[in-house]
Amino acid sequence: MAHAADAAHADHHDHLPSFWRRWFYSTNHKDIGTLYMIFGFTAGIVGGLLSIGMRLELQEPGLQFFSNPQAFNVFVTGHGLIMVFFMVMPTLIGGFGNWFIPLMIGAPDMAFPRMNNISFWLTVSAFALMLCSLFVEGAPGSLGFGGGWTVYPPLSTVGHPGPALDFGIFALHLAGAASILGAINFITTILNMRAPGMTLHKMPLFAWSMLVTAFLLLLSLPVLAGAITMLLTDRNFGTTFFDPSGGGDPVLYQHLFWFFGHPEVYIMILPAFGIVSHIISTFSKKPIFGYLGMAYAMVAIGVVGFVVWAHHMYTVGLSLQTQAYFVFATMVIAVPTGVKIFSWIATMWGGSIRFTAAMQWAVGFVFLFTVGGVTGVVLANAPVDRYMHDTYYVVAHFHYVLSLGAVFVIFAGMYYWFPKITGYVMPEWIGKLHFWVAFIGSNILFFPMHFLGLSGMPRRYADYPDAFAGWNMVSSIGAYIFFAGLFIFMFGVVYAFIRKEKAAANPWGEGATTLEWTLSSPPPYHQFETLPRVIDTHH
Amino acid sequence: MAQAGRRYSHARAFPDAFMALGHHIFRSFGTPMRIETGRRSVTALSTAAVALVLGISEAWAAAGQPSPWETGMQEMVTELGQNVSDFHTYLTWLMAAICLFVLALLLVIVARFNESKNPVPSKTTHNTLLEVAWTIVPVLILVVIAIPSFRLLREQLVPPQADLVVKVTGYSWYWGYEYPADQGGGFKFDSNMVTEDSARKPDQPRLLGADNAMVVPVGKVVRVQVTSADVMHSFTVPSFYFKVDAIPGRLNEVWFKAEKEGVYYGQCSELCGNGHPYMPIEVRVVSEQQYAAWLAEAKQRYASTDDSPAPTKFATAQ
Repeated sequence: MAHAADAAHADHHDHLPSFWRRWFYSTNHKDIGTLYMIFGFTAGIVGGLLSIGMRLELQEPGLQFFSNPQAFNVFVTGHGLIMVFFMVMPTLIGGFGNWFIPLMIGAPDMAFPRMNNISFWLTVSAFALMLCSLFVEGAPGSLGFGGGWTVYPPLSTVGHPGPALDFGIFALHLAGAASILGAINFITTILNMRAPGMTLHKMPLFAWSMLVTAFLLLLSLPVLAGAITMLLTDRNFGTTFFDPSGGGDPVLYQHLFWFFGHPEVYIMILPAFGIVSHIISTFSKKPIFGYLGMAYAMVAIGVVGFVVWAHHMYTVGLSLQTQAYFVFATMVIAVPTGVKIFSWIATMWGGSIRFTAAMQWAVGFVFLFTVGGVTGVVLANAPVDRYMHDTYYVVAHFHYVLSLGAVFVIFAGMYYWFPKITGYVMPEWIGKLHFWVAFIGSNILFFPMHFLGLSGMPRRYADYPDAFAGWNMVSSIGAYIFFAGLFIFMFGVVYAFIRKEKAAANPWGEGATTLEWTLSSPPPYHQFETLPRVIDTHH
Repeated sequence: MAQAGRRYSHARAFPDAFMALGHHIFRSFGTPMRIETGRRSVTALSTAAVALVLGISEAWAAAGQPSPWETGMQEMVTELGQNVSDFHTYLTWLMAAICLFVLALLLVIVARFNESKNPVPSKTTHNTLLEVAWTIVPVLILVVIAIPSFRLLREQLVPPQADLVVKVTGYSWYWGYEYPADQGGGFKFDSNMVTEDSARKPDQPRLLGADNAMVVPVGKVVRVQVTSADVMHSFTVPSFYFKVDAIPGRLNEVWFKAEKEGVYYGQCSELCGNGHPYMPIEVRVVSEQQYAAWLAEAKQRYASTDDSPAPTKFATAQ
C-alpha cells in the first residue's frame, strides 16, 4: 500500500478544549470515533445482558425467569434492535469509520465535522428512546414491544396498541437519520478528501468498504423510514397501508422492510471485511492479494445485495417465478463472497505471519464467516428454506455471520488499533485469551442451534417441547462462556491504562503500511495539516 | 394475559403403552367404536375415545415430532419432504466439504507460513489463473445446487389435483380447521393446546398436543388453504416439510400427501404475541375408513359451531 511521511508533527502543540467542549460539542473525528466506541460497547453490554436473559430462560423447558412469553419476546426484540442499530453499526461505522477513514486517506478530519457531532448525538437520543420503549405499555397489560426486530404488522399495529412501539419507531427514525447523515459525511470525505496521489484504486480497502457501506445506508434507510412511517400512521392516524380491511397488505411491509433489511446485513459486515483485510495484510507482511478483485467484490456484494430481499419471505406465498428469481439472485452473492474468502487466504499464503491477538481474531473470522456463509447458501434455496424458515437454523446462520462475523472483527479491530487509539500497549496474551474463550464459547452457543432448527424448533419461543432441552442447555452454557470473555477484554483495557506502556507509532512492523501508522500513537489532536503525498503504487 | 404466570411442569409424557396397545388391537377388528357425541364443547373430547376412533397408538409417537439430541431433520413422511431432506443432505455434504477445504487451507497457513517457519514473506499479489478459478468454480458449484433446487421448487409450488381441501385459520392463539361440505365435511372446529399435563393423551408431548387434531386420510393429496383472522401466524408440519404463513387478507396454499399413518406435530412459526409458543398444530393421518368414521362423527360433534364465526380471542385474551 501507498506510503507517505508526515509523522513529523506528532508533538503536543495542539491545545485540547475543555472536557465538556471536547466530548459534548466534539467536532474531532477521533473523539467522535471514541464516543461511538464507548457508546457501542455500552449498548452491546445491554444487548448482551438481554441475550443472557434469553439463554437463562431457554436453558430448561418451561418458564423459569419470565412471567410470560410476551416479556421474553420483548427481550428478543430489544436484543435484535440494540445489537443491530446500537452496537454493530455505531462501533464499526461510527467508531472505526470515524477514527480511521480520515487517517487512512490522509485527511485532516471528516468533511462535515459538525454534522458528525449531530450524527452521534442523534444515535444516543435514539438509544434513549429505545430504552424508554421498554418501560411503557406495548401489548395490552404488558411493557415494551415484543414483535421482533422486523416489526411486522399486524402484530405491530393491532397487537401492540400501547405507545412502546411508537417510541421504537421514533428511535429508528432518529438512528436512521443519524446513519444517513453519517453516510453523506463518509461519501463526501472519501470522494473529496483523499491525499494527493491516492486515487480510488489506491485507496485502502477499509475506505472502500466504508464507501460501499455508506451508499447502502444512503439508499436503504429512507425505505425503512418510509415503511415505519406508514406503520406509524397505520397505528395512530387510521391509514391502512398494511391493513387488508382497508385494502392494504401486511406483505407490502415485509417487502419494504427487507428492501432495507437485506442491505442492512451487508452494512454490518462490509466494514468488517475492510478491517479484516488490513489485519491479515499487516500480520502476513504482504500486500493484500487481488486488491482490485477485493474492492469490486464489495461493490458487487453491495449492488446485488439490493435485489435479493425476498429470500426472507419464501413462506409468505410468493409465486414460483418470484421465488425462483430470488433463489438465483441470492446464490449469486456467494461468488463475490467466495472471492473475498479466497483472497484473504491467498494473502496469508506465502506470508510470514505473526499470530498476534488481532490476527487470531481475524483468522477465526475467516473460518467462522465461511461456516455462516455456506449455511446462507443452504437457506438461499427456497425449497429447503421452507423447512428452516423461522427456526433456530436461521438464528444459527445469522449469528455465525454477525456475532461470529461482525463481532469477531470488532474485537480484531480493537486489538489491532488499540495502541493507535490509546497510545498504550495491551499485552498480547489478553487478546489471545479472550479470543479462545470467545471462539469456544460462541461455537458452543451457536452450533447446536443448527441442530435445533433442523429438529424443528421455531424462533422466538420462550418455552419449547422437552425434546429440545438437550441442545438448548448446551447452547446456554456457550452463551455464558462467550459473555465471560467480555470481562477479559474490559480487564485488558483497564490494565493497559494502568500499565501505561507507551505504544510506538507503528507497533506492528513492516506489514502495517496504511497512513495511520505513520502518525504517533495516539495521533495528534489534528493530523495531516500538511497533506501527505502518496507516492508508491503497487498492488 | 391468558398465559401469564403459567408455569408448565417439566414432567415428560410417559405413554401408557398398555392402554394404547389395547386400543390399537381393538381397532384392528375394523369396527369403529361409537363414541359419546352428546357433549359438543371443545373440552369434552375424551382422550381415550379419540384414541379409540383414530386407532392411534404410541407406535408412531416417535415420528412427527422432535426427538432429544436430534442433529438432522425430522423423519419425513411425504415424498416432497423426503426430496427436501435428501436435497438438504446433499447440500450439507457440499457445504461441509467447502468448510473443511477452507479449514485445511488455514491449518496449512498456520503450520507453514508463520514467522518462525517462513521469515521472508513472498511478494505475490496477483495470479490471474487462480482468481479466475475461484470465481468459476463457485459458479459451477452453484449451478449443481440450482438445478435440483429449481426442480424441487416446481414440485412444491405446482400442486396436483387435490383429493381434499382443508381451510386453516390462525387465531391468537389457536388454530381453526374447516372442512368444506362438498367433500363430506361442512363443519369447522378450533384446536387449542392441551395445557394440563393430566389432560394430555399418552402420545402427546408437552406444548405439542392439541385438543382437536386436524385429521386427514393417508395417501391422499391434501390442499391446505391458510389464512389468519388477526395477526400473522405460520402453519407448519416439519414431517411434511412445509411452512406457510397465515396472513390476514390472503389465502395461501400448500399441499401434501402423507404416506404413513400417524400423528404429526408442528408449532406456530411466525411471531404472534404472548401465546406464540402455545398454539401447536396436530395432524392425525389415518386410514380411509377411519377418516370416514371421523368425518361422520365430527360432523355431529362440531355441528354447533357450523356457520358461527370462530370467536376472536385476541382482543380480550391479554
